[in-house]
Amino acid sequence: MPLAAGVAVRLRGATKIYDNGVAALGPLDLSVRSGEFVSLLGPSGCGKSTALRLIAGLSAPTAGGVQVASRGDRARYDVGFVFQEPTLMPWATVRRNVRLPLDLARMQRREAEASVDDALAQVGLTEFANVYPHELSGGMKMRVSLARALVTDPDVLLLDEPFAALDEITRFKLNNDLLSLWRKLHKTILFVTHSVFESVYLSQRILVMTSRPGRIQGEFRIDGPASRGEDFRTSGEYAAYCREVSASLANASIAGVQR
Amino acid sequence: MRPQDRSLSVLQYALPPLTLVGGVAIWEAIVQMRGIPAYVLPAPSLVFTTLIHDWPVLFESLLTTLLTTFEGFIAAAVGGIAIALLFNRSKWLEYSFLPYAVILQVTPVIAIAPLLLIYLPQHIAVVVCAWIVSFFPVLSNTTLGLKSVDRNLVGLFDLYGASRPQTLRFLKLPSALPHILGGLRIAGGLSLIGAVVAEIAAGSAGAGSGLAYRIAESGYRLNIPRMFAALLLLSAAGIVIYMALSLMSYLVLRRWHQSALGKDN
Repeated sequence: MPLAAGVAVRLRGATKIYDNGVAALGPLDLSVRSGEFVSLLGPSGCGKSTALRLIAGLSAPTAGGVQVASRGDRARYDVGFVFQEPTLMPWATVRRNVRLPLDLARMQRREAEASVDDALAQVGLTEFANVYPHELSGGMKMRVSLARALVTDPDVLLLDEPFAALDEITRFKLNNDLLSLWRKLHKTILFVTHSVFESVYLSQRILVMTSRPGRIQGEFRIDGPASRGEDFRTSGEYAAYCREVSASLANASIAGVQR
Repeated sequence: MRPQDRSLSVLQYALPPLTLVGGVAIWEAIVQMRGIPAYVLPAPSLVFTTLIHDWPVLFESLLTTLLTTFEGFIAAAVGGIAIALLFNRSKWLEYSFLPYAVILQVTPVIAIAPLLLIYLPQHIAVVVCAWIVSFFPVLSNTTLGLKSVDRNLVGLFDLYGASRPQTLRFLKLPSALPHILGGLRIAGGLSLIGAVVAEIAAGSAGAGSGLAYRIAESGYRLNIPRMFAALLLLSAAGIVIYMALSLMSYLVLRRWHQSALGKDN
């Protein structure tokens, strides 16, 4: 069955059972509208990363279906993926790291360089194009990783706890930058995190997951101000959302233990 | 850098040559005072004058030995890396042949050399000896390097549909490079050992004129100073090979690898 118009990602009863018999995920039903910012929130090991890997095609579901809206010819590049670690090639400059997806697609050098310049400008790293990853801070490495995901101009961005290892100040900065990128580029974003605060700050919709096997326990719509900024972080509205989501997460954890 | 650190690093570089000078001075003094004859133990000064006096013969032998070492090393580098790539490509090949590569490595080359000399022309036998002792570190280091690729990067390459040759070229080989260079550094010294062992085994029967052959020949003639002079040249050759390979490794890795970056990074 083809995807309905305006739907970017759709999972139907997606299930993942590992070879050793561990039921990691599902059955999971999930539908993300085109241009939506959705967070998958849950405790460590709840299968949220597994869900993301299924959507990226990095692993195949044991049962059920995974669909991603495709532009057709460049089927592989319908999604961009940002891993938990920056996952950069240490032997290559920032520019060459970002260009990798285009090199692998055998894109013409000149065309590729233009896309790389755009992607670097979007994450604010233009001046660092020719340095090596070891010369960058953790936050900047994450930006390179983001630029690499953006360089193919995918419709869907999958982010797997991308800011978990960063200090809070850097994380807040990257949260804001991600939001403004999302607004400017109209991407569909699926964001995996275990931070209630981060998910409430960023998303339009939060799906709270239980662990083993990962299922969706609760769903929250966050109607924050259109242009979120540091003001939103300190508002009562924000605090109320966080309280509500936290309570659901606590229930999810108990449900996970009881099962 | 604190003053103590600086004086420590000065000592670090000054001590080895000072130790050498001290040792040589003591050796010279003992030989002179005791009047030890040159056929028992030549004084360092005599070794040095022999080195200069016999330079034409010794230098020619040095070139011969270096040439075989170089040929053995190149064969080991190409062979070791190629075999590692084949093993990486096919588990069947690895399971079938790796044990024999190990056996070849653990069997003392000095015991294999006489056999090789029977079946192969002498020059080729010497090169094969150099290859046998030095290909294994290249093989095992390259294999290790090809296996220790960042798993997330492998996932990334899968995501972007990289072909096998692309994964090899853009991911596996660069990632294995520090290991490969480490293997080559060991292989350089071992090739010299292999060449020397084979020359010694060939002995007077061969038409060889390498440095090891000079040592054996001088031994038969009780020309002890020349033995020392040839030994000195062999050591020097080993040191130069090691330093050249270390320099190459540094130049290749200096932009990005931990081993070549300063402590600040």
